[in-house]
Amino acid sequence: METPDYELAVECCLLAGRLMMESGAETYRAEDTMDRMANSQQLTESQSFVTPTGIIFSGTKKKPTRLVRINNRNTDLERIAAVNAVSRKLANAEINLEEAYIELVKIETEHKVFPFWIQIIAAAFASGAFLLMLGGEIMDVPTAIIAGGIGYAVASMVEVKTRVKFFAEFLAALFIALIATGSVSLGLGIETDKIIIGSVMPLVPGLLITNAVRDLMAGHFVSGLSKGAEAALTSFAIGVGVALVLSF
Amino acid sequence: MYYIVQGLLGFIAVSAFGILFNAPKKALIPSGLVGMTGWLIYIFIDEVSGNPILSSFSGAFTIAFIAHLFSKSYKMPMIIFSVAGIIPLVPGGIAYNSMRNMVLSNYAVAMENVVLALMISGSIAMGLVFAEIITQLSSKVIGRLKTKP
Repeated sequence: METPDYELAVECCLLAGRLMMESGAETYRAEDTMDRMANSQQLTESQSFVTPTGIIFSGTKKKPTRLVRINNRNTDLERIAAVNAVSRKLANAEINLEEAYIELVKIETEHKVFPFWIQIIAAAFASGAFLLMLGGEIMDVPTAIIAGGIGYAVASMVEVKTRVKFFAEFLAALFIALIATGSVSLGLGIETDKIIIGSVMPLVPGLLITNAVRDLMAGHFVSGLSKGAEAALTSFAIGVGVALVLSF
Repeated sequence: MYYIVQGLLGFIAVSAFGILFNAPKKALIPSGLVGMTGWLIYIFIDEVSGNPILSSFSGAFTIAFIAHLFSKSYKMPMIIFSVAGIIPLVPGGIAYNSMRNMVLSNYAVAMENVVLALMISGSIAMGLVFAEIITQLSSKVIGRLKTKP
């Protein structure tokens, strides 16, 4: 067996790790994937240090250590599954390093998400279902569906435009609270609280909170604390948006 | 009847969340089932014990356990099936109440709710981790039994 290309192997590991962290994978999974890929390329002394904002990876003792920055993070489960499949195939030697790298680049550039309107409909239905699950009235369901759909649409559009996630979530929560209080004062809804809780659910950082506690328990303190901070800021933004409307 | 309706609602909400998290298309229905079971266990334990921390723990434990079974058969990471499922257990309502009371200057009530929300998210994470450890241990034990003559 010929010795694998060191540069390409490290590049491949870094790309896989970055894609996973950008899609919201757990820290230990990203580290595990990178180490497995490195091991399959005979880099048995590899060390990886993954945080939500950057990855430090060193293949061998003699060659330079590499660093890659992670700028945007969201939840994209299909991408995690795709990267996982590539690393599994590489570790089982079903594909070689070049093919794995090409596939990873393809995942990064050609990856598809659900169309935007389907996402909005999904958010709207989730809000309606949550309202009933939390014990709300049937009469409030239309308001929750509309508020949830508009809230999610506002959050994603503002995030694309301004690149500031917290501001987007703040505005979305503001809109949701306005719709809820408006419909109740017009007599279309009954319980403002339940409508707001149901519609805000698509914005709540549930994944972040649980992943943060899990990372802390697994000993990844840097990632756990930073994810916790992100979750706290996000819920604070949502809370302020709602509170602003309620305080009038 | 109540449980059937709740289960159906849980399935819809969790599958919709699967779409928001861009889950692979063939994982949408399994993740909906995972979420549905978790939610049913949650409301059942909540009714029996009246303790939201215990019920969140059992719900999260069930979700992680079933998600692990699905991840074995679909050969995908477990997180794909469990992430959307835990969303209904997240204490959104309690967090909302604490924020609301903070705005109304009821700081004592607000802090009570904050602590409860933290305890519940901690218990959800504990449930997930416990289920993961148990499945890992059991697969190790089964592997050892198989290799033994």
